[in-house]
Amino acid sequence: MGGEAAIQTLAYGEPLTLDGVRVSLHPAGHILGSAQVRIEGHGETWVFSGDYKLEPDPTCAPFEPVPCETFVTESTFGLPIYCWPPAVEVFADIQAWWTANQQAGKASVLFAYSLGKAQRALAGLDPALGPIYTHGAVESFNRLYREAGIALPLTTHAGDAPASTDWSRALILAPPSANGSPWLRRFRPFSAGLASGWMRIRGARRRRSLDRGFVLSDHADWGGLLSAIRSSGAGRVWVTHGYRAPMVEWLKQQGYEAQAIEARFEAEQDEAEAAP
Amino acid sequence: MKAFAELYAALDETTKTNEKVDALTRYFSSVPPADAAWATAFLIGRRPKRLLESRKLAQWAIEEAGIPDWLFGECYHAVGDFAETIALLLPPAGSSSSLPLHTWIEERLLPLRDAGDDARRAALVSAWREMDERQRFAWNKIITGEFRVGVSQSLVVRALAAASGLHAEVVSHRLMGDWQPGAGFWVRLTAEDTRDADVSRPYPFFLAYPLEGEIEQLGDIRAWQVEWKWDGIRAQLIRRHGRTYVWSRGEELITDRFPELEALGAQLPEGVVADGEVLPWKDGQPLPFAQMQRRIGRKVLGPRILSEVPVAIVAFDLLELRGEDIRERPLEFRRARLEEIAPPGSAMIVSPVVRAATWEELAMRRQEARSRKVEGFMLKRLDSPYRVGRRRGDWWKWKIDPYSVDAVLIYAQPGHGRRASLFTDYTFGVWDGDELVPFAKAYSGLTDEEIRRVDAFVRANTTEKFGPVRAVKPELVFELAFEGIQRSPRHRSGIAVRFPRMARWRTDKKAGDADSLETIRALLPSTTEPRA
Repeated sequence: MGGEAAIQTLAYGEPLTLDGVRVSLHPAGHILGSAQVRIEGHGETWVFSGDYKLEPDPTCAPFEPVPCETFVTESTFGLPIYCWPPAVEVFADIQAWWTANQQAGKASVLFAYSLGKAQRALAGLDPALGPIYTHGAVESFNRLYREAGIALPLTTHAGDAPASTDWSRALILAPPSANGSPWLRRFRPFSAGLASGWMRIRGARRRRSLDRGFVLSDHADWGGLLSAIRSSGAGRVWVTHGYRAPMVEWLKQQGYEAQAIEARFEAEQDEAEAAP
Repeated sequence: MKAFAELYAALDETTKTNEKVDALTRYFSSVPPADAAWATAFLIGRRPKRLLESRKLAQWAIEEAGIPDWLFGECYHAVGDFAETIALLLPPAGSSSSLPLHTWIEERLLPLRDAGDDARRAALVSAWREMDERQRFAWNKIITGEFRVGVSQSLVVRALAAASGLHAEVVSHRLMGDWQPGAGFWVRLTAEDTRDADVSRPYPFFLAYPLEGEIEQLGDIRAWQVEWKWDGIRAQLIRRHGRTYVWSRGEELITDRFPELEALGAQLPEGVVADGEVLPWKDGQPLPFAQMQRRIGRKVLGPRILSEVPVAIVAFDLLELRGEDIRERPLEFRRARLEEIAPPGSAMIVSPVVRAATWEELAMRRQEARSRKVEGFMLKRLDSPYRVGRRRGDWWKWKIDPYSVDAVLIYAQPGHGRRASLFTDYTFGVWDGDELVPFAKAYSGLTDEEIRRVDAFVRANTTEKFGPVRAVKPELVFELAFEGIQRSPRHRSGIAVRFPRMARWRTDKKAGDADSLETIRALLPSTTEPRA
């Protein structure tokens, strides 16, 4: 959106009528402020899911099933190999990794998408384990989250830390794009992990030469997608983004009227692989 | 299975050699001997004969996961690893197995050899149900025989040496040859008494690095022995206690594939080990290596193939004489003894020494290599011992410059394993008139960054899809290097090349600048043609 865009905000559930069409936003559980869009008019109800997840997340409102006839769903992880472990287990793994790194005298660099994933990770970590530092991109979103009233553990912008800082007990939250950048040098020696749904696949982790992959996603897994589709009550499902074809085929076999639609930002799935 | 699955995960989670060796050492030091022996076997690539067909394995996994066949196919395509796909698709694990690795192998897996499909299926499904996800993955890796975890044999040897307190050479030596994993083997592998009785045992091979830097830096040429670098099967020929053994460098006993060498053994004195290259050899010169491949695959060698493709060993070193290990003696000495024991007119040809007074003269002779059907030169220091493994300094290989051709990327498909979600496997075309004909496939030679760029190009420029294969706009030009070139009626271009790889991405060239089939045909050897 350009700076000139006219932006009108809308609270969850608050209706807005445009040319006789009733539009409302509903929590998608993806990140803070994420919404599904419900559109009712001409005797039909459509819901556009946007990105969503069903797992509980203390940093945003939970996904709300919205009844509709046509559900337009994302399908980033639309294959049954994508099945998320419970988040508590993932956080326990991250903390065990952090502790082991401390014992080995290494810093822990955790890559997480700076908007949403980083804050969810923060909210799940125990700050008593050691100091938590952030990359500038993560810190600015932390500030916005805190301003919106989301409680997050104390973090320090790594750029503000003195050069003499001992990082060996620290966890550093940085965006995936920092992987391999010179910015990381100051933390050496360190172990690098990435929190992303793509980490479910070994090859995706190995290709990035990461030490650890943590399966933590802000998107629905295969089971989550199917559950959201069921709870919408829709008979017609349009599928966009990610593994569309297998999801459409599966839905058809389950008796849905399903079709794939071209995503506007086609490159996103591969390019932003690290993001979700 | 718990410890083994954890070991697999630990090896998989680090790219650092020392951490891998530490994880292996900890494992070997803490598990029962039989577990350590089986793990060693898997890690160095020995595995029980494959018991289960992938197709059936997939079928049972599909039934257990409750998904349709086509969806399994989609998932496999996304993951790129069969064992992993199954582990990811099985219903969530309800338990975790505390049975040790050797129990799983000896009591649960090996008995399936004599079982019918129903019993196999029941055993497999039960195994999956008893294991957690990590264990299922390691188990699937074992039963599918795709056991690769980024650990070389030399790392395993280092860890075994650390765990047992033995020298790495002793461990290497004991890992060669025929052995059956189990507690008994572990006892022999780690035994303090290092006089080993097994008469079949070869020595660890000494391997050369490619020459680095300029040839003149090797110093005085008179300190060096130069030989042609033969392109065959590297092997040790052993004659001890009246019996003959031939070992490949892959540490496989291959005596029965080469009756010529078995017969040669009987002509040798007692207690010798010679090192050399096994080559298809006729009328005083090597046949194309493709001829050898006709022989290798066969179980039964009939008189026809034996007369059409006879083999010889081009021997270049002697490691044992009269039962005594002479590897520490200088090459000059070993070579002289080799010449003495080689029976005249036999299937043992002593690798000829290439004479040159200066490096410059030698560089000129390098051009003969192709017509001699060799890969280049081997340079060996005359006073060098026969060392263990790949070492710098005493032996170098100096290959002839490979052929190269500029070709256009026309098809791409995703790789496997860690390259599964990138388009890394490419088909290249060259011009035949105004048409691009597929000429070679290549997978290696690009940096990760280049692969990403090509991958992005493929996604943005796909013109057609055939299953996983994408046809792309013919725009990108690459310089392909390869080692050999032959006519081939099986290829559309009529040409087959050996070891093609991407030498350079020619961003300075357009598709129209790529080579034509005509110029490539000019590279074909004009003399003898392979019969294949």
